[in-house]
This record gives sequence, structure tokens and C-alpha cells, in this order.
Amino acid sequence: MAKRIDVSDLDIYYGKFLAVQGVTVSIEPRSVTALIGPSGCGKSTFLRSINRMHEVLPGARVEGKVVMDGQDLYSADVDPVDVRRQIGMVFQRPNPFPTMSIYDNVAAGLRLNNKQTKKADLDDLVERSLRGANLWNEVKDRLDRPGSSLSGGQQQRLCIARAIAVEPDVLLMDEPCSALDPISTLAIEDLMTELKERFTIVIVTHNMQQAARVSESTGFFNLNGVGQPGRLIEFNPTEKIFSNPDEKATEDYISGRFG
Amino acid sequence: MTATRTPSDQSTSRPLRRPGDRIFAGTAKAAGISILVVLAGVAAFLVVEAVPAVTAPSGEIPGGEGLVGYIAPLLFGTLLSAAIALVVATPLAVAIALFITHYAPRRVAAGLGYVVDLLAAIPSIVYGFWGVYWLAPKLVPLFRWLEENLGFIPFFAGPTSSTGRTMLTVGLVLAIMILPIISAISREVFLQVPTLHKEAALALGATRWEMIRMAVIPYGKSGIIGGSMLGLGRALGETMAVALVLSVSGGITLNLISSANPGTIAANVALEFPESTGLDVNTLIASGLALFVITLAVNMLARWVVNRRADFSGAN
Repeated sequence: MAKRIDVSDLDIYYGKFLAVQGVTVSIEPRSVTALIGPSGCGKSTFLRSINRMHEVLPGARVEGKVVMDGQDLYSADVDPVDVRRQIGMVFQRPNPFPTMSIYDNVAAGLRLNNKQTKKADLDDLVERSLRGANLWNEVKDRLDRPGSSLSGGQQQRLCIARAIAVEPDVLLMDEPCSALDPISTLAIEDLMTELKERFTIVIVTHNMQQAARVSESTGFFNLNGVGQPGRLIEFNPTEKIFSNPDEKATEDYISGRFG
Repeated sequence: MTATRTPSDQSTSRPLRRPGDRIFAGTAKAAGISILVVLAGVAAFLVVEAVPAVTAPSGEIPGGEGLVGYIAPLLFGTLLSAAIALVVATPLAVAIALFITHYAPRRVAAGLGYVVDLLAAIPSIVYGFWGVYWLAPKLVPLFRWLEENLGFIPFFAGPTSSTGRTMLTVGLVLAIMILPIISAISREVFLQVPTLHKEAALALGATRWEMIRMAVIPYGKSGIIGGSMLGLGRALGETMAVALVLSVSGGITLNLISSANPGTIAANVALEFPESTGLDVNTLIASGLALFVITLAVNMLARWVVNRRADFSGAN
């Protein structure tokens, strides 16, 4: 439950290309940490390196350490599959499995981890997860319908339910609201505030108001130019980042005087 | 729907259409209709030519047991050989497609895909020769073993054919012939599985095989079925390879390894047609009509299977 993540001197490569350089940061449990910065600065790459999703792409690798409660996630004896079972992820575009019902989508992760679950327990868990994602009341009468029959905002909450159903320690969210309308966005932001009681949440967002609304800490990523690696410029409590940042680049970015 | 309508939808005047659009729509419509016309023409020909055989007294039909007695073993042989081919080829083709799309290194994958496609370019008579002169003799020891050890299953009751020209051999030759079709179509749909869905499975902590089971195969299911149906169509209609390989004598039997096999409709037509006249020709055409109807029914069944869960197809 809700573990702490310490990243030290993390360099992330795609083949020979150094995409992100020298990230050192501590992510507190039971809080929302927001990552902001311009497009292509490596926020998403960094986020995906936390649960080893970036190495799905051929040639992608990291140097440095990502430690979760004392365990180095990149040590040789750690299976990335196990890492991903502990660190859940919600993607930019809602991606429920189109071939599965709403129920099966939520149960998918549990069926992977534990094949022998009683039907009643599974029902229970599906309800709990959907309630956790504030979606239960909207879908309880049509759990056997395909996940793709829901609206975009509902699909994204379904994806959140699917991610939290396996009780991960950490929840990563990669621009979870960028494809959603303001009302759905608000629903997800409210949800994040509830979920941080139980999980460590890291969110990448392009919406600075969103970062200011939901997060306790904010990291600002930037890069010096095209082809240069992205860097973590500043990491501070959100309040400080948005009122009195240490770095001039951060201030320029959040006040719109950028580029 | 409750969506707001634009004023032009409500007016009775036809919407403005550009000549290019009209020409293209017309051409496409004509192409679509031409398929129906050809199909209707073939069906009409088959029905008209089959009528004399249907109305003839049963004693005049070759074999002397009436039209049903003539066609039934052929139909059975056709369906049995095609079923063997499908049962063998589909899992193999799907496995090949999965290997090419998800496991093989890129260079191997391209080469292997090319080789599988090449199988489709070999003429069926070559498969026939290969089946008779190479595969059939090689299979005889296997058939003997099956008879000795699994003889209690009706399929392998024996006595084993000494030439190997059996229903099972035909089924295997047909399986190799339809492999490239099923594999190519499965490969295409597996490649189209959105990265989003694959990443969703991986992010839940799925291994590669679990990811394939959760995201890739369900998404590609309609493609696998569609490819299988195309393969089945080829297996049902295959003529030369079956005519060369199968040793025909006898009627309906489930025994796959003996030398007494029912023929298949297409091969029977090819073998009998040159020496047929009059009512014999009508009888052959009537068997062709039966094949036509069966193929149509199988395709409609497959379409029904695919559409039954269209909501879950992933296409929406």
C-alpha cells in the first residue's frame, strides 16, 4: 500500500538517444505528484520508466536507480512484469479492452494475478473498484456491456477502476484528462483526491491549473533544445512552484513567458 | 438520434453532389452489383442444369441409387477433408502469425512471412504430385502406428492403406494449401491491434503470452474466423490435389487411413466430366449445386458467429 519512490541519477535512453538525463527525485506516499513541462521534454518517458513500461519499445533502457521502499526496481533479479503488478498505470487515451465487458475489464488484472478467485469475491472486488473509481452507479446495470460502449470520461474511470482493482502500491497517470471534457476532468480530479488516501499517485499533465489543483508536489521538466535530453529542472511543493519557484525557467513556463 | 440537425438535412432538396463523387459512387455501386449478377448467374446455371438430374428416376443416375445416394458420399468426403484441413491448419496458421508478429526478430519475421505467402503461389497440381509421390508414402508408417495404437478410435480403424493415399493425407495436403491464407489474414489483424490495448495489458502486469491472450487474440478473432472461412472455401473447392491424391472407392466412412475413401465433389467432377454425357453431366452439375449451397451456408454461419458479438469486436 502506498509506497515511496526514490529515483537517483536516472538516465533514460531510446537506443543511443539520451531522452532524459540525471533525474533525482523522491516521491512521497499518499500524495499526488504532478509532472509538468513542454511537449517532448521527457515527462511521459520518465513516468513510463517508473513501472518499466518504456522498455516495451525496442532499444529503450535506463541507467540509474528507481527504488521503491528499499527495492531497486531495475536490479537484475526483478521481473518487469512484477513491477507492473505493483505500479499501475492509466494512459492518455482511455483504453478499456474492447473485446471485454465492463465487468471483465475490471476483473482482468485480478485474473492475471490469481486465477482461482471465487465468483462472489470477484463480484465484490469489481464493485469495490468501480465504486472506488466513482463509476459504479453509472454502470451497475450494464456490467455485461462492452467497455467501449461508455463515454470517454466513463472509459477513463473504467481504466482507473481496472488499475486499482489489483491494489497497486503506486498509480501512474499519463495525461489522464487530456482527451476528456471539463466535467469528466473534474470527476477524475475529484477521484484523484480520494485515491491519494490509499495510493501514491504520479500524474503527468499539460494543464497547469490541474497540477495546481490536485498535487502536493510538482516537478518541472524542460529541455535546452531539440535533440537535447530532458531534465528535471525543479521539484518543489506545488504551492511554491506556482507562487515562488526557485528557477527562472519554471517561472517563465508557468506564467506563459516560455520559448 | 437526438443530435441536432443542420438545416440542410431537413430541407427536401437533394444535397449538392460533385460530379466526381457521383462517378465514383456509380462505379463502386456497379462493381458491387456485378458480383451479385455473376453469383446469380452461376446459381441459375447450376439450378437449371441440375433439374434433369433431380427429376430423373433414381435408377438412371450413375450408381443406380438415386441422386441423394450419389451426392451424399461425395458431400461427406468434401466436408470431411475440408474439416481435417481446417482443424490442422487454423491453429498452426494462428501460431505462425503470432510468431511473425510478436515473437520473431524483425528480419526473421519478414523472411518467414514471405515464405508463407509463397506457399500460396504454388499451383494445386504441384501439391497433388507432392502429396502422391512424397507425402503419402512417408505417412504410411504413421498410419500403421495409428492403427495399432489408436485403432479403437473409428478414425484410425484401418486397415491401413499401403499407398498412403487416404482421406487423412488429403486433409493434410489441403491444410498446407490453406495455411498461407489463414496465416496472412491473421497476421494482418494481429498487426492492427492498437498499441494502446497491448500496453493496457502489459501495464496490468501481463506477460507477453498473457498480453496476447488478453488483447491480441480477442481483437483478431473475427479476422481469424474470416481467414479460416476463406481457407475452408478453398479446401471445399479444391480439385486437382484431391483428384491426384485420394484413392476413391466406397461410401461414407469415418475411417481416415484406409484405401476405401469417399471422393469429394470437386475432384469427382474433374475425374468424371470428360467421359460424361447427357444425364451424367446433369448429375455432376447437381453435385456442384450441392457444393455451392454448402459453401454459402458455411459462410453465412461464420458471418453469424462473427456478428453475434459484434459489440465486443473492438471495431467500435
